[in-house]
Amino acid sequence: MTDNEKTFNSGILTGERPGAVLPPKELWESKKNGLVLIECPQRIPCNPCATSCPTGAVIPFEDINDTPRIDYSKCTGCALCVAKCPGLACFVADLTWGEKEALLKLPYEMLPLPAKGQTVACLNRCGEEVHRTQIVNVTQPWKDSTYVVSVAVPKELVSEVRAVKVV
Amino acid sequence: MRTTEILVIGGGPAGLSAAIEAATLGAQVTVVDSDLKLGGQLIKQTHKFFGSKDEYAGTRGYKIADILFEDLRKNADRIEILSDCTATGYYPEDGIVTCMIGEEKYFRMRPKKIVVATGAQERLIPFPGNDLPGVYGAGAVQTLMNVYGVTPGDRVLMVGAGNIGLIVSYQLLQAGVQVCGVVEFMPKVGGYWVHAAKIRRLGVPIYLQHTIVEALGERTVTGAIIENLAPDCTPGGKRTTIDCDIICMAVGLAPTCELLWQAGCAMKFIPQLCGHVALRDPFMRTSHPDIWIAGDAAGIEEASSAMVEGRIAGLGAAGACGYGTPEERKERFAHYSERLADLRAGEVGEKIRIGVSAASVQKWEE
Ligand SMILES: Cc1cc2nc3c(=O)[nH]c(=O)nc-3n(C[C@H](O)[C@H](O)[C@H](O)COP(=O)(O)OP(=O)(O)OC[C@H]3O[C@@H](n4cnc5c(N)ncnc54)[C@H](O)[C@@H]3O)c2cc1C
Ligand code: SF4
Ligand code: SF4
Repeated sequence: MTDNEKTFNSGILTGERPGAVLPPKELWESKKNGLVLIECPQRIPCNPCATSCPTGAVIPFEDINDTPRIDYSKCTGCALCVAKCPGLACFVADLTWGEKEALLKLPYEMLPLPAKGQTVACLNRCGEEVHRTQIVNVTQPWKDSTYVVSVAVPKELVSEVRAVKVV
Repeated sequence: MRTTEILVIGGGPAGLSAAIEAATLGAQVTVVDSDLKLGGQLIKQTHKFFGSKDEYAGTRGYKIADILFEDLRKNADRIEILSDCTATGYYPEDGIVTCMIGEEKYFRMRPKKIVVATGAQERLIPFPGNDLPGVYGAGAVQTLMNVYGVTPGDRVLMVGAGNIGLIVSYQLLQAGVQVCGVVEFMPKVGGYWVHAAKIRRLGVPIYLQHTIVEALGERTVTGAIIENLAPDCTPGGKRTTIDCDIICMAVGLAPTCELLWQAGCAMKFIPQLCGHVALRDPFMRTSHPDIWIAGDAAGIEEASSAMVEGRIAGLGAAGACGYGTPEERKERFAHYSERLADLRAGEVGEKIRIGVSAASVQKWEE
């Protein structure tokens, strides 16, 4: 087993795979409000991302075990899937948000709940702090205690930052 | 001597579904559960469930319990509930079940039919120090935290990266407890990858191909030694000391089936169902004509399938008491069988399909 495979087997995404693909670059760079990034590379019996997506951007599953496939032309960046997915595997990245910064919408189920303007540490996929920034927004789309926190991060970090921690 | 038409032993998702099903057909049901609060494992599950809409995917486990409680209330005139009440024995000579309420109130009960939905028991693995205070089963940790609101310690080492190990690690983090690491024997996590990713991004290391070899401490746990295993699982690799005050074991569950042994049900060891289980017909009836099974007691699976199996067992037991028309029973049965098949479809369900087919008989000799 290669180190890469071992890292993946312990729950860290390494490269693109079915169920974890990036949006097409051009569309992504011009899409206001952002596009979804789903990181769900294993066939499991689960489909709330598809059933909760109001636009059909997560293509309806034929088999409940399918990995998510995305029709990026339909994604509005609404983040409903971010708050619904039981695996906390959906994120939204808005590259149009600022000149140098993108807006990331991340699922959040920890305490304390950060407030708008508060400084937080941004963590990468193995929990290392890679940046500090302020909370731009906190919402609770389904009123079910899964929050969506929006943070501004340098554009080069959109594919790295996957969680925030109150500091 | 108490009597009832259908006695359901165990008030988890399987038992409650069995009771609701039987009561909606008209049967008089008694549910006994040894816990103070009904709901079995569900009331401890603060995370959102996987699955499909029919089985409440995306809903937190304890909310699913609330949905079942609401259905119970609707049938309250036909369902009697005794919590803090353990079924301690079954006597096949006269079909009597003995029960204890709390520590001293003892009574005997003669039901016409019985559904055994006693859930599962946690496994432990042997290593020096595993009897020290501070070594817990994951279920115990979950009960402490999510039922009683008590954090078990400050720094936890989790043993086992199946879904339970991963989910309980996440719940520990939510409770503000530090998770020092998750140790996993195999070269990949056994639970869903997304669950592993959730705790990884919060900084929890997962040590693949590692096992615990010793718990450290004089009177309580003060640490643990873990060891790297070679790919062929031979020991002797690098050892690391982990500083922790709790060791949490999530190394598997086994069906709780003592009552079924006592009743003389035909039993079989089926590894895919995680232990000894009773053979069952399509209605979940065991070789004992008055006893049905459902849920983890029939083989370790999920709450979603436990609920559907409970429905089928309740339907079978109520039908045997003469409730419902044959058409009605046939229709309900077809619907539940289809849902069960859907839940078990796909790769993840393969093991279960093999196990269930090994445990199934088409029809018992009358
Ligand atoms: C950490 C964890 C996470 C899980 N996550 C999921 C998930 O995301 N999705 C999912 O579908 N499933 C999940 N499950 C599995 C699910 O909880 C179980 O499959 C399900 O609870 C089984 O239901 P049951 O009714 O058979 O057993 P249980 O829920 O275990 O209920 C059995 C009940 O019987 C009682 N009992 C036992 N013996 C006796 C006796 N002699 N007399 C009286 N009462 C008795 C017990 O007290 C208990 O209340 C998870 C389990 C755990 C531990
Ligand atoms: S962000 Fe909104 S539109 Fe895009 S996939 Fe998620 S739910 Fe669908
Ligand atoms: S809801 Fe989340 S975990 Fe379930 S299939 Fe979709 S992305 Fe994967």
